[in-house]
Amino acid sequence: MSPLPPDSLAGSSAQPLPANVAAGILSVDRKGWLAAAESVREAGATLLALWGSDDRDRDGRFHVLAAYLFPSELLVVEHALAPGETTFPDLAPLFPAAGRLQRALADLLGIRADAGDPRRWLRHGSWPETVFPLRRDVDPARPYPPASDPYPFVSVAGDGVHEIAVGPVHAGIIEPGGFRFSVVGEKVLRLEERLGYTHKGVDRRFESFSQLEGHRLAARVSGDTAVAFSWAYCAALEAMTLRAVPPRACALRALALERERLANHLGDLGALGNDAGFAFGLAQFSRLKEDLLRANDAAFGARYLLDQVVPGGVAEDLAPEVEALLADQHRVLERDLLELRGIYDEHAGLQDRFHDAGRLDPGLARTLGAIGLAGRASGLPRDLRVDQPWPPYDRLAPRLAVRTEGDVAARVQLRFDEAVESLRQCRALLDDLPPGRVRTEVLAAPAGHRGLGVIEGWRGPVMVALEAGPEGSIRRCHAHDPSWQNWPLLEFAILGNIVPDFPLINKSFNLSYSGQDG
Amino acid sequence: MLDVLLRIYRTGRLSEPFPEPAGVRREREDLQAAVRSVLGRALCIRHVDAGSCNGCELEVHALNNPYYNLEGAGIRFVASPRHADLLLVTGPVSANMEEALRRTYQATPEPKLVVAVGDCGACGGVFGESYASRGGVSRVIPVDVTVPGCPPTPVALLQGILAAVSKPPRSGSPG
Repeated sequence: MSPLPPDSLAGSSAQPLPANVAAGILSVDRKGWLAAAESVREAGATLLALWGSDDRDRDGRFHVLAAYLFPSELLVVEHALAPGETTFPDLAPLFPAAGRLQRALADLLGIRADAGDPRRWLRHGSWPETVFPLRRDVDPARPYPPASDPYPFVSVAGDGVHEIAVGPVHAGIIEPGGFRFSVVGEKVLRLEERLGYTHKGVDRRFESFSQLEGHRLAARVSGDTAVAFSWAYCAALEAMTLRAVPPRACALRALALERERLANHLGDLGALGNDAGFAFGLAQFSRLKEDLLRANDAAFGARYLLDQVVPGGVAEDLAPEVEALLADQHRVLERDLLELRGIYDEHAGLQDRFHDAGRLDPGLARTLGAIGLAGRASGLPRDLRVDQPWPPYDRLAPRLAVRTEGDVAARVQLRFDEAVESLRQCRALLDDLPPGRVRTEVLAAPAGHRGLGVIEGWRGPVMVALEAGPEGSIRRCHAHDPSWQNWPLLEFAILGNIVPDFPLINKSFNLSYSGQDG
Repeated sequence: MLDVLLRIYRTGRLSEPFPEPAGVRREREDLQAAVRSVLGRALCIRHVDAGSCNGCELEVHALNNPYYNLEGAGIRFVASPRHADLLLVTGPVSANMEEALRRTYQATPEPKLVVAVGDCGACGGVFGESYASRGGVSRVIPVDVTVPGCPPTPVALLQGILAAVSKPPRSGSPG
């Protein structure tokens, strides 16, 4: 474990935390919780995740934890609430993204911020207000009868203002969620999101998996980000057990991750064309995506690589004859991608819809704590692969793609940039594929050990925080999707736009419902 | 414009013949005939995500790509359950989606078919049954056909849709 670099302000007394990047953990009291957040914010770090744990069986306390992302390291701050205490200082004034995370914590663990929005977030009336599923004395298997659940949306008053309620079942092939628009004519004055519909109890569910099986659930936190989440899970477990993954397995994991990024970017580029009335784009890009998935099937035995990343390595090695097939595909794909990019760029009708739509300016993006792809499209130059490269990215020299316009056009261009860069990385990986084994044995970590995995998925950094229980069990596992940070951005990006542009703007972010809902 | 037309010309036709369900040869025309004889018109599908991880949605999307070209066979996805003949339901049914799924089913006119998609749609998959998950789709609404897989391939989805359409109407469904 490398020591914390000197730029860690709050890290002076931090202990190293097993992770795939440089990470430390700092224990603080109630005052320190806020003080650490303030110094972290001054240092320009962002809030990556906020979660909690019921440790009353061990020390009589609830714990709240926050992970902060610095450019070159990760710092976890942990605050053990006083025995009997169920509140902690509100971080939302410093990090707006903390707001919903704290509300979710109140729903699931029954500890809440001492200020801020008091409304529930993930609990919809499916379980009683007095039941907190993440508490160890609650039986997670017990179902509750559904109860009526009116949610107090913020209403906008004024002459001619009306509301449009959308969801949770949407008109397309898309995940469920609620949107409440307040509009005048067709102009959006306010959008309020209501998420949590796909809450499946993932965090608590992890506790019914063994440490060596938990990657299967991690892959299904958000199925379109399966490689990133299962890698983050395995990285945490491997860091805890000090198990080095064979170089060939690292390369094959990165190949899978970049192909996951490519599949999603290709799908989105097609859908964005289609949402702007250019069906040609959907036909062309969905064809390229299908070609990619079929090659995955030929290479790895599955179209979507949900179970490719396993503890200690990967499930499937790459046969030599398939390497050539993939290499060919990367060449053809790059040629087609550049041709289609030219067509998109030159298409006046398409560009007219893309430009200025759903703009999120860099200042606001920074204030709100935008991360990942949406952040990079609004000028925030952060990419874990570039900033804190873990193997094999440390030898791939990943290139950062960033745009500053913050509109739909920027998010389209960024996807083109990143797809081209992913193809370059895929080529580099195949050209220099290390020989050897693709899996090493991993033993379960001893009870009480903790570890962290962070991986730059296609939407942004995903994180898995793992704590071992006795005899190979999982005591606590928390999975965080970057959509938590980026969903609130959409509420701002839509302002002043017209309702008919919402599908296009929403698709340009393409955030995860399942990953957010947990 | 010329570059668009050239690209279309060079791409050519990609649509493939439809798969054979349960050993019965069924080309695109046969499928269309089957859909017509049961419904007398095109088949309209409403997709409902009842709590899925979004993996199944990716493969449902693929049905509309040029290779599977579902619309080419007179099968299309519609925006409202009131326009639908068949509900394609993914996910374990999350407790938070139970009521929405029930209402979507009620809003679908008879006769209606339900295809439960994926291992989760079949039995809850890795999410099982819990305070937050009701498990498989059939725990909440009647299901005609189940398509297992994680996620099921587009071919498996097509076979599931064909099997549902080819099935005799459920007792209790008028018409």
